[in-house]
Amino acid sequence: MAPSDVNQGSQDDDVLQEAANWLKAGKKVALATVVSSWGSSPRPPGSQLAVSEDSTFVGSVSGGCIEGAVVTEALEVMESGESKVLEYGVTDELAWEVGLACGGKVKVFVEAVQE
Amino acid sequence: MKTSMLDQILRDQEAKTPVALATELATGDQALIYYDSATGSLANNPEIVAAARQAIQDDKNGTVKLDAGEIYFQTFNPPLRMLIVGAVHIAQPLSRMASVVGYDVTVVDPRQSFASPERFPGISLNHEWPDDGLRELDIDRRTAVVTLTHDPKLDDPALGVALRSDAFYIGSLGSRGTHAGRTERLKGEGFTEAEISRIKGPVGLNIGAISPAEIAVSILGEVTDCLHAKEKKAAA
Repeated sequence: MAPSDVNQGSQDDDVLQEAANWLKAGKKVALATVVSSWGSSPRPPGSQLAVSEDSTFVGSVSGGCIEGAVVTEALEVMESGESKVLEYGVTDELAWEVGLACGGKVKVFVEAVQE
Repeated sequence: MKTSMLDQILRDQEAKTPVALATELATGDQALIYYDSATGSLANNPEIVAAARQAIQDDKNGTVKLDAGEIYFQTFNPPLRMLIVGAVHIAQPLSRMASVVGYDVTVVDPRQSFASPERFPGISLNHEWPDDGLRELDIDRRTAVVTLTHDPKLDDPALGVALRSDAFYIGSLGSRGTHAGRTERLKGEGFTEAEISRIKGPVGLNIGAISPAEIAVSILGEVTDCLHAKEKKAAA
């Protein structure tokens, strides 16, 4: 399957604005971005999730399937300052693994926003 | 990402300056690339700069394998635009809904009592005659045009300008009868049947919409459908 890089009708502007607001308030912030997606994953490349140090988040990188796991990773990234690439695929329901029930696959880049 | 880079992207969005953020996925190194300049640690790589400018042009986010490695490009183009001709009742919910979806909306109507800030809070208003107004607004391929007056003396000049533009959507309110009359008049002005067929009329998806807000939903649905038609075809 070819990566879907669908024209984004609208950018998630408010996600970046919220990230900037948190930084101004002196909070640590990490940003997660869908950098490729395959199959029926619900959010195209460019979809973003911003996370603050108190675990508050805005935006999305899936239909709610992997946000919990991505927030946990984002908290680590904002501590270490080292960016990370995460991949999520089809859920193995028996193993209760974090994944996408839709059968799609996404690659998510997580980075700290810092000085 | 550096805080300064995030602030710069937000300033560029405010100024409606197209920009792409390039990220080397393995290292997290980044650059901000414009049509005429570039800054950041990846900015000296001509391959990356060229690919970023192409991404802005194509309005596409995605990861590309280059000699330098896997590079992700995120584009920040100014918002899509919707130009609504006719500050009528349907224009009120349509302008609000389209704003939520991310469109930069302008309502064009020379009748100042219709196109008033009280009726359209927070929406850009243009009080020129519709053809002058639309010419001024410089319709491009990232623009949708919707005429809602169903008054030929306001709608027809607007449609003439829209048909000569690259607008990705042209819709015109009116019954089948109204639309047939409009088609004849536009033919009289020298437009071909093929050109006129770009106009969606009766406007909107057929979802049984009755109230102004429901009609706005059906129009916005059709605009979305046209915007993503290419990708839909590719996926089928």
